[in-house]
Amino acid sequence: MPTALSARLRRALPRPRLTRRRTVAGAVVVAVLVGAVSWAAWPSSPGYRVTSQTITVLTGPDGTTPVSLDTSYYRPDSASAGHPAAAVLLAHGFGGTKDDVASDAKDLASRGYAVLAWTAEGFGRSGGQIHLDSPDWEVKDGQRLIDWLAARPEVRKDGPNDPRVAVVGASYGGGLALMLAGYDRRVDAIVPQITWNDLGNAFLPDATGAGASSGVFKKAWAGIFFTGGAVPTAVPGAGGTGPIPGAGSAGAVPAGADPSCGRFAADLCAAYLSIATTGRATPDQLALLERSSPASILNRIHAPTLLIQGQADSLFPLSEADANARGIAANGTPVRVDWFTGGHDGGTGPQSDQDRNRYLTVQWLDHYLLGKGGTPSNSFTYSRLAGIDANTDSVVALGYSVSGYPGLSGQSSTAVPVAGPPRPAANPPNGTPAAISTVPGLGGGGLASATGGAAQDVPGQHADFYSTPLKSTVDVVGTPSVQVRAANPTGEAVLFVKLYDVDPHSGATLPDGLVAPVHLTGLPASLADARPVTVTLPGIVHQFQAGHLLRVTVATSDQAYLSPPAPTVYQLSVAGGVRLPTVHSAPIASPDLIWRWILVGLAALLAIGIVVAILIGRRRHRHADHSVRADLADVPLVISGLRKEYGDGFVAVSKVDFTVRRGQVVGLLGPNGAGKTTSLRVLMGLTKPTDGDIYVFGHRLVPGAPVLSRLGALVEGPGFLPHLSGLANLQLYWRATGRPLADARLEEALDIAGLGDAVHRRIKTYSHGMKQRLAIAQAMLGLPELLVLDEPTDGLDPPQIAEMRRVLRRYATDGRAVLVSSHLLAEVEQTCTHVVVVHRGTVVADGPVDDIVGDSPSVQFDVSDSAMATEVLNRSGARSVSGEGNGTLIADLDGADRADVVAELVRAGVGVNRVVPRRRLEDAFLSLVGGDTKASGER
Amino acid sequence: MATETMTSTVDGSAGGYRPTATLTFRTELRRQASRRRTQLSLGFMVLLPLVILLAFEFGGGNGSGGGDRGQFAALADIAKSGGLNFALFALLVSASFLLVVVVALFCGDTVASEASWGSLRYLLAVPVPRARLLGSKLLVSLFYSLMSLVLLTGTALLAGTLRYGWHPLRTTVAGDIQPGSAVLRLLGIVAFLAVTLLIVAGLAFLLSVATDAPLGAVGGAVLLQILSGILDQITALGSVRVILPTHYGDAWLGLISNPVQTDDMVKGAIAALAYGALFFGLAWWHFMRKDVVS
Repeated sequence: MPTALSARLRRALPRPRLTRRRTVAGAVVVAVLVGAVSWAAWPSSPGYRVTSQTITVLTGPDGTTPVSLDTSYYRPDSASAGHPAAAVLLAHGFGGTKDDVASDAKDLASRGYAVLAWTAEGFGRSGGQIHLDSPDWEVKDGQRLIDWLAARPEVRKDGPNDPRVAVVGASYGGGLALMLAGYDRRVDAIVPQITWNDLGNAFLPDATGAGASSGVFKKAWAGIFFTGGAVPTAVPGAGGTGPIPGAGSAGAVPAGADPSCGRFAADLCAAYLSIATTGRATPDQLALLERSSPASILNRIHAPTLLIQGQADSLFPLSEADANARGIAANGTPVRVDWFTGGHDGGTGPQSDQDRNRYLTVQWLDHYLLGKGGTPSNSFTYSRLAGIDANTDSVVALGYSVSGYPGLSGQSSTAVPVAGPPRPAANPPNGTPAAISTVPGLGGGGLASATGGAAQDVPGQHADFYSTPLKSTVDVVGTPSVQVRAANPTGEAVLFVKLYDVDPHSGATLPDGLVAPVHLTGLPASLADARPVTVTLPGIVHQFQAGHLLRVTVATSDQAYLSPPAPTVYQLSVAGGVRLPTVHSAPIASPDLIWRWILVGLAALLAIGIVVAILIGRRRHRHADHSVRADLADVPLVISGLRKEYGDGFVAVSKVDFTVRRGQVVGLLGPNGAGKTTSLRVLMGLTKPTDGDIYVFGHRLVPGAPVLSRLGALVEGPGFLPHLSGLANLQLYWRATGRPLADARLEEALDIAGLGDAVHRRIKTYSHGMKQRLAIAQAMLGLPELLVLDEPTDGLDPPQIAEMRRVLRRYATDGRAVLVSSHLLAEVEQTCTHVVVVHRGTVVADGPVDDIVGDSPSVQFDVSDSAMATEVLNRSGARSVSGEGNGTLIADLDGADRADVVAELVRAGVGVNRVVPRRRLEDAFLSLVGGDTKASGER
Repeated sequence: MATETMTSTVDGSAGGYRPTATLTFRTELRRQASRRRTQLSLGFMVLLPLVILLAFEFGGGNGSGGGDRGQFAALADIAKSGGLNFALFALLVSASFLLVVVVALFCGDTVASEASWGSLRYLLAVPVPRARLLGSKLLVSLFYSLMSLVLLTGTALLAGTLRYGWHPLRTTVAGDIQPGSAVLRLLGIVAFLAVTLLIVAGLAFLLSVATDAPLGAVGGAVLLQILSGILDQITALGSVRVILPTHYGDAWLGLISNPVQTDDMVKGAIAALAYGALFFGLAWWHFMRKDVVS
């Protein structure tokens, strides 16, 4: 039916009509989107202004050498002469420039600090040479910059030419912070990060504590440091890491300079070349390094110091910060220590570490520069690598806190015995091939370097000593120690002692890839005579899990260090056990903890919301309008003024009124699209009427009204679960009503369906007619008082139709009522007691079928001579005669007897082929509907 | 046809009719249980671990296909080291897609299929109150979804344990986790997956009440989930990605870290509850007002 189809399609596919409501809603959505995008994209005021300029300072041993420094000054908008701001000197790492600390500077400036960042002399666009934070040069530069700050009116002063200033920096910049605090009392606080205590010890370490004079040269790092190769320079907690274009390297060598020294000062360059060649430092060279080391001036530092040191740092290990902390604290100066999981090998560490370092730094500056916040506690904080965050593929570090700084030897310790027979190990000629522990300056926080996953020992060149599996998990915080015995005919040995964590399944890990180099002298030729030497292993934060083994490996070479070129064989053994330092720590609550409360709150809110919604629903049901219109209480159905307008403006039913009384079988008659089905949909509570009321037994009908349970319906064809049998469908349907099974009258319904054994077959296999009969049976389940059937005979064969008519008539006899919709005149005429004719959404006729169906005065004649017949008919009293061509005439006989008229015609010599009486309903239907068989949807 | 005394009640309903007794959870459970898609889906949940097991037994090499996919490859490598590992692997391979499809199937098909069969209007004419109809259907859909998850995990755990034994859970970053603790963590993973799948469930359910085409609802929900997954891969989107429904989908890997990382799981659960509440709320709002014309 194309017309009905198009109407349905139109409803299914609503036309986008610009209603007022939609316009408003659309405008709101657009406004919100535009607002959100502009808010995100609008450039916000940073709260500071940046000035880049060259400041020329007078420096050098006698303070007369002019050196130009490339600077950036971040002046906060809030600062003025009236409201001066505290200042921060921000120093960069080795090989970098002032741009490396730009993001830190911006962060501090937006917090209201006046920040001065500069490129140290010998780097970038600054003039001068590299003197390794020498008191005569770089430190003096810093003092002149403090003078410069003191001259700024918007910088807060503690006294004449004494600004309120802190020095913050990492690595090279951290060293400067310590040195400047030692040489200039005007410095009010310092935050040195991943930096050194003693350059001699850093580059010529000896884990027996013998000092730099007999240390093992850290050749890989020294080379990188000297040539200014790839060095992570970022300040932990802010900047990025990455290779810095060589500053001291040949690329930046000024014309005429010594290409082997780059921008290094001549004395340092000569010292480096000498140490790198011999692997030994002369006392003069050590003195030169000493001048660049905070170790010598720690007793002069009175500025409160926050020391942040990295665990993954084979250049400046935790022991450097430990020495600084002890030295400064000895003056009574407030010192706080923090260890994070990054460092020169490990980069900035995971976000949690960066956040903690930034928080600690800001807290430190806020208190000691501005007096904001309470005194920061002197607790020691550290983090431990825990695993991998699957979402970001980055390492996860857990923060812990210990009250008071315990130092490297921990608050308590666990001794784990390691054993093994004495082993020989060969020293390879010229240290090649060498064991690999860590790759210096790998940077970027690679997990491999962080966990020492890259560690490799060369067969034959190391001795391993194992513990038994650990009975309980040990969290090591600090420097483990072990006693080693060695023998060699030369009396000397350079050894590398490492502590591995051996997972029985996945193999050994060297925590942070750190090794303890030792240079032993005075060794006996035989191991039996060897004295045990205590080796302090590198400081680590590591969890040795229960079931894992400890392995002490003593290797003869390491590619990061210089070892003796002569081949020899050492006899090695380990005495006693490994001492593992531990601390009594408490986990630092993650700031993400707030999300747990949000989750709990959300879950509670949703639970309450659901309960409230259910209660409101029940209450609404209880308090629903249960009033009964007494005058209609016994009337199965009253529809008055029903109107249904769909969302797209289509009016399916404009005004329908009719009544179904007990005992009636009412036919709802109309062409396709007249609004019959829409009316029935409203009647079933499937759609809401736009206007008008429906009363079923006096109860007003709304969607889901309980009174619907007294109504059985078949609308728009059957609806069954196709995979179930007919019987199962009826049973499940009844079960869904929740009413007692006995009320269903299943047998009687099945009787009406007349499907026989087919009820046990699945619905899929049913013909259209079978489904239709089953649907009628379903509608009759429980013998509802009002039965509503939409086109019930659709798909039924003539005997079944006849049977259905009888069933429906009988159904209505005992006080029940039936409403049948149909577009077939004959069906309504033969089935119904009453009829309602609907057309174009309105009722056009309504009444008992007998009243309407009775013989009509119209008669159709098929005659041989139309003209003669017309004349005869008019003569015999017909009210009107109309010809339909081909010898067919329609005459309104106006009460005249048909037999008389036929006799009259025959007498007049007209041949009568056929006389067909017309009926009123047909007349009514056709005249009402006329030639207009368009669906109401086409109006 | 016999004449019956016609009973009626205060609210005009037929005798024995109570709105709260219509379409009970049990009835809807039976209606859905009789469906092929329910039986097949649940059956497949039992079958999948067995197929993986057979593949491990008779296929060459070990679990990983050689491609390096981070955690995936790492967990595949150790899948054969015990029943717990095997169950974890089965969850890993099904979490991102199979479970999404199954949940979308249960929740997306439930109302739309009734609409397409035409049985929805007869349920509404019973009358089953609309809110109750949705409630019963949703609870049953969620029940079957949870059953799928539990069946998958349970079968994998059982089959894996029978074949590979009861050993501590081996992980790549957290070492070995003792069986007792590992079972708890596995339950935690199942619970987290169940919560995050609420997003798919909500979306599919919303589409289910909005359309008469069951395939459209199921496909639409899966499609949007895939779309969200793709957008989540585009790091250029930056922080916008955290509001994507699938952003925290892998956060359960935090449970096989040591110690357990729950921050992302908590955020994921918040996102899932928020999205779930939004979608289910919209579904209710829409269906309570909808003209049922199918």
